[in-house]
Amino acid sequence: MSVSTTSAPVLSGVAANGPIQQAAGPAAREKIKIEGLNFFYGQNQALKGIALSLRENMITAFIGPSGCGKSTLLRVLNRIYELYPNQRAEGTVLLDGEDILDPKQDRNVLRARIGMVFQKPTPFPMSIYENIAFGVRLYENLPRPEMDDRVEHALRGAALWNEVKDKLQASGTSLSGGQQQRLCIARTVAVKPEVILLDEPCSALDPISTSRIEELIDELSSSYTIAIVTHNMQQAARVSDHTAFMYLGELVEFGDTQTIFTAPRQKQTEQYITGRFG
Amino acid sequence: MQPAQSRSSSLPARRKSANAIFQGLCYLATALGLTALCLILGSLLYNGIGGLSWRVFTEITPGPGSEGGLLNAIVGSLIMTVLGVAIGTPIGILAGTFMAEYGRYERITPVVRFINDILLSAPSIIIGLFVYELVVVPMGGFSALAGGAALAVIVIPVVVRTTEDMLLLVPSQLREAAASIGAPRSVIIRSVCYKAAQAGIVTGILLAIARVSGETAPLLFTALGNLNFSLSLTSPMASLPLTINQFASSAYPEWQSLAWTGALIITAAVLLLSITARLLVSKRSGP
Repeated sequence: MSVSTTSAPVLSGVAANGPIQQAAGPAAREKIKIEGLNFFYGQNQALKGIALSLRENMITAFIGPSGCGKSTLLRVLNRIYELYPNQRAEGTVLLDGEDILDPKQDRNVLRARIGMVFQKPTPFPMSIYENIAFGVRLYENLPRPEMDDRVEHALRGAALWNEVKDKLQASGTSLSGGQQQRLCIARTVAVKPEVILLDEPCSALDPISTSRIEELIDELSSSYTIAIVTHNMQQAARVSDHTAFMYLGELVEFGDTQTIFTAPRQKQTEQYITGRFG
Repeated sequence: MQPAQSRSSSLPARRKSANAIFQGLCYLATALGLTALCLILGSLLYNGIGGLSWRVFTEITPGPGSEGGLLNAIVGSLIMTVLGVAIGTPIGILAGTFMAEYGRYERITPVVRFINDILLSAPSIIIGLFVYELVVVPMGGFSALAGGAALAVIVIPVVVRTTEDMLLLVPSQLREAAASIGAPRSVIIRSVCYKAAQAGIVTGILLAIARVSGETAPLLFTALGNLNFSLSLTSPMASLPLTINQFASSAYPEWQSLAWTGALIITAAVLLLSITARLLVSKRSGP
């Protein structure tokens, strides 16, 4: 847990339903700044005027009942939604000041900068080694020894190295669920992204694997900006610096995690956190 | 309302007998199918195994009333099958890839799928006639090339179908995961989707080979058949099914015996391919 103790509610953002509190001290730079974001699945509007910022090297959690748009929001940030027709985003999402929704942006390069880990572990049908080398090879031409180093470094970073170092040529799918998810994190880290999006990364895992992944997320936050979607409120409280509560496609409240969980301003937030709906 | 007593006595009895009849019919149908298969395999073995010798694989088809083998027919079958698969597989895989990946949400895809299904069940004699018009007439004669082309037309819909089906089985999360580390579409398809669907696609190709290696009708109007040994792609070429067709309907006992042996060889080869395909599928669906 790395809730910053010095943070004061100095900045403010505006959500669809009025002013909201934005946390974090002025020291933390805005890595991603979202403004007036609307998202549509065909005729269906899934996000309504979202505005918030992800601070550099901090963990932002997105909570809210199913269908509130939190996963959709994550899927906009690396434009993965573009794999499907009839999905459309409006508004601006600035990554270091550049609009990523600009069609001129190369979406593949963007995705290499903003990595994503999914709910279900998704190892590729190849060896553990290749699972990691595959992504690295897309943008870098490394000689074998350096590639070996990169693979080892990524696996160490994902706290998986000791478990797999003797079977790097084994299939990625032969690992347990928790190991597979850490392999996916290693794969994401190996391409050296700037931001990591985690879409319910622990929902398919047992408690022990979950706590390992949470420790890992905490370690990763020293070098990466992280956004995590979770259904588990304790998890949001444990791992994140900032928390965004979403409901029906709108951002209801956004602030530093301690405030959201101890003194939420919106009634809906309080009701959700105390388990009265959702 | 009927009293509960009659419900508990007559109804279960009726259901039991209905069940017994239905179960009996299922067993009977299975037995019939298996018996037919066993009879076919049995008579093939009985009639064909006697003629099986090295001569079958080393000598070419004999003239009427003399001894010989099936070398030219076996080699012809191999050449034209390889030709058909070599032409048909890339087209089939690429078309299947279009339908499952690039064109998955296009309006043309269901149309292509429908047409492909028609092609899949088209009578093969019509495919023979089609290739006759398309290749034989412009080339001015029957040829192994035309035979290969006709077989390719049979291979294509089989491979299209299995490739599309297998790629559709690849979970979209896998594509999303590959996209999320910055892989472009073509790399996702080639390195991730093909790999995940590999066993299924190979199975489709094996099934296509099994299918075309027994085809006779499309070759009648294209490769024609040849009693001599020929490796030329531009001349008529022998094939096992064509030779069986010709020899089995002849009056010469030597030819008839060779037809049985040829039928046994083809059946064994197709059976072997099918078993390989099955094994691949079970390996794929295993852990």
